[in-house]
Amino acid sequence: MTLSLEDLQARRVDRNQPLLEVDDLVMHYRIKAGEVSAVDNLSFTIHQGEAVGLVGESGCGKTSAALSLLRLLPANAEYLSGQVRLNGEDLLQLSEEAMRKRRWKEIAMVFQGAMNSWNPVYRVGDQIREVLDTHFRGQMDIEEQTAHIERLFAAVGLPREMVDRFPHEFSGGMRQRAVIAMALACSPGLIIADEPTTALDVIVQDQILRELKRIQTEMGMSILYISHDIAVIAEVTDSLGVMYAGKLVEYGPTAEVFARPRHPYAYLLLRSTPSITGPRRQLAPLAGEPPDLLNPPSGCRFHPRCPFATEQCSVEEPPLAEISGGHRVACWNYEDVPELEAELVR
Amino acid sequence: MTVEAPVQTKPIVEVVGLKKLFPISRGLFRAPNEFVHAVDGIDFEIAPGESLGLVGESGCGKSTTGRMLVKLLDPSDGKIQLNDGDYERDIANVPRSGIKEFRSRVQMIFQDPYESMNPRRTVFDTISEPLAVQKVGTIPEREERVLELLGLVGLTPPQNFLFRYPHELSGGQRQRVAIARALVMNPRFVVADEPTSMLDVSIRISIMELMTELGDRLGVSYLYITHDLAVARYMCDRIAVMYLGKIVEIGPTEQILANPQHPYTRALLSAVPIPDPKVKRTPVEIKGGISKAINPPPECRFIQRCPFAAQVCWENPHPEMFQVGEQHHAACYRIGEI
Repeated sequence: MTLSLEDLQARRVDRNQPLLEVDDLVMHYRIKAGEVSAVDNLSFTIHQGEAVGLVGESGCGKTSAALSLLRLLPANAEYLSGQVRLNGEDLLQLSEEAMRKRRWKEIAMVFQGAMNSWNPVYRVGDQIREVLDTHFRGQMDIEEQTAHIERLFAAVGLPREMVDRFPHEFSGGMRQRAVIAMALACSPGLIIADEPTTALDVIVQDQILRELKRIQTEMGMSILYISHDIAVIAEVTDSLGVMYAGKLVEYGPTAEVFARPRHPYAYLLLRSTPSITGPRRQLAPLAGEPPDLLNPPSGCRFHPRCPFATEQCSVEEPPLAEISGGHRVACWNYEDVPELEAELVR
Repeated sequence: MTVEAPVQTKPIVEVVGLKKLFPISRGLFRAPNEFVHAVDGIDFEIAPGESLGLVGESGCGKSTTGRMLVKLLDPSDGKIQLNDGDYERDIANVPRSGIKEFRSRVQMIFQDPYESMNPRRTVFDTISEPLAVQKVGTIPEREERVLELLGLVGLTPPQNFLFRYPHELSGGQRQRVAIARALVMNPRFVVADEPTSMLDVSIRISIMELMTELGDRLGVSYLYITHDLAVARYMCDRIAVMYLGKIVEIGPTEQILANPQHPYTRALLSAVPIPDPKVKRTPVEIKGGISKAINPPPECRFIQRCPFAAQVCWENPHPEMFQVGEQHHAACYRIGEI
């Protein structure tokens, strides 16, 4: 048996090597009333060892995007085009059986709401055992499995005796730790964490995020964080994408996007996030409501709410164009969006 | 946003020694011998026009406190004095017959705009119900008042919203209706329990601004319950931090944020993520997780998790509030040493 956390730490990471490349992904949901354009022209790359964040408000398509990478979409979803290449191999072309073998082993997911991620009638350890059974059938005996699960628990800061406990005996934070332990079970190269700390109190959230960060660094993993919480994304990611109405409107290195957000939506989102530090600045409310994705607005999907919109915006859709090293923005008038920092120190 | 109340004016709410114990059932025929001390002897005042934030983690008793202040729960012990003009009384002792009058003076805004409204009633029904219950005005007068409020909370043109049902409204619009409902009787005091935590960031800001503006304009005092310290910073003149049924620190908002005194407040503040990748936080290490306040031992509630717990903490009961600055109090024996 070769699998152990010690081996994982030796994973060699080449930060310039792409791990997951999402290329022009278009996904619709078919509902009675028509087609909901949930993910449109999504393109981004996660490199080895990189933490990437997707932020946006409810209904912006960030969870749909995450599920579509793992092919876990509901039956009424339809891929219209695009590729999702993991180590160069297009996941969308794989058979269901081949895809199943890659889940947990190459990409694992930490779901939103750890409360519902567990089957209440099985012991937590046994539910992790099931993953090991699926992916290492005949390669690990019971003792090896148990030892491995105990190592996983230790890695996420859970006491060893919790392996034999039922989900209801775990607190919220412990359940989320156990979900992370399960995601690590087959040492995947990529973990998708969908709102991993949303239901948790701030002190527990802080502990879990630090744990994830440490594991990511030590094991050389990549993580895709999905969150509505801009402060969390600011702290844990290397690169970040801002989604609005199914589209990526801005993407780039986290520090760069926070210092110089260029898309008006990203700019307003950052301006409307309160913080406990720094000057108590004026927060900017965003007028209007997110659009109905059954009939997305013409041109730029943000133009009806955008304070910088021109005539061109309602007609022509702006491409996600690179404006500086790795910083891409989908806006015709990005140069007119004020500098955030200049505004902040008023 | 700060409204300086005239010094001679009495606080609108005075809470003294407020307690709420919930019995843990041991079965039908056995008297309970264990109690959850959800709120365990807290004191605070709210000045007219002031907004006091009640912050803490889940299970600290902040919502229970809010519910007692609007009389949705009866306190086990203690006093809640409401001073609203000529209406001065301990609301814990308001008899059933007096509840109607009390409710015209104190209102509540709930967390979940999807759950707090009857799906079968129109916006007009929802907002005008307090008027109907209190038998205020004729129906055309009520309609006028509802239109006025809809305008006030930014649902314009008001006529378009009057006969809509909750499912036809977005989350932000529903919360505006909930605010209108809370303000329709012109209350002087409103308890807001996490009114923006279900809303998206961009909508959250406009609801926060609306509440602040209306509070100033109409002279409403708020008890603002939230787990989010960044939101509290924008909404509250003062903050009270709760931990397992006790207030451990209370003071002016910026002072608490800049100069927290209680170890728990420090831990809480150091765990809040900062929306700026340039800032690197250094977390205060505290041990373990939050427990439940079931028959708690007499020592300081925070002692099990406190990195600074010393002999004095173990040998004495839960500390009183010590003054640590102007209007700033904290319940810790080791203030000044840590």
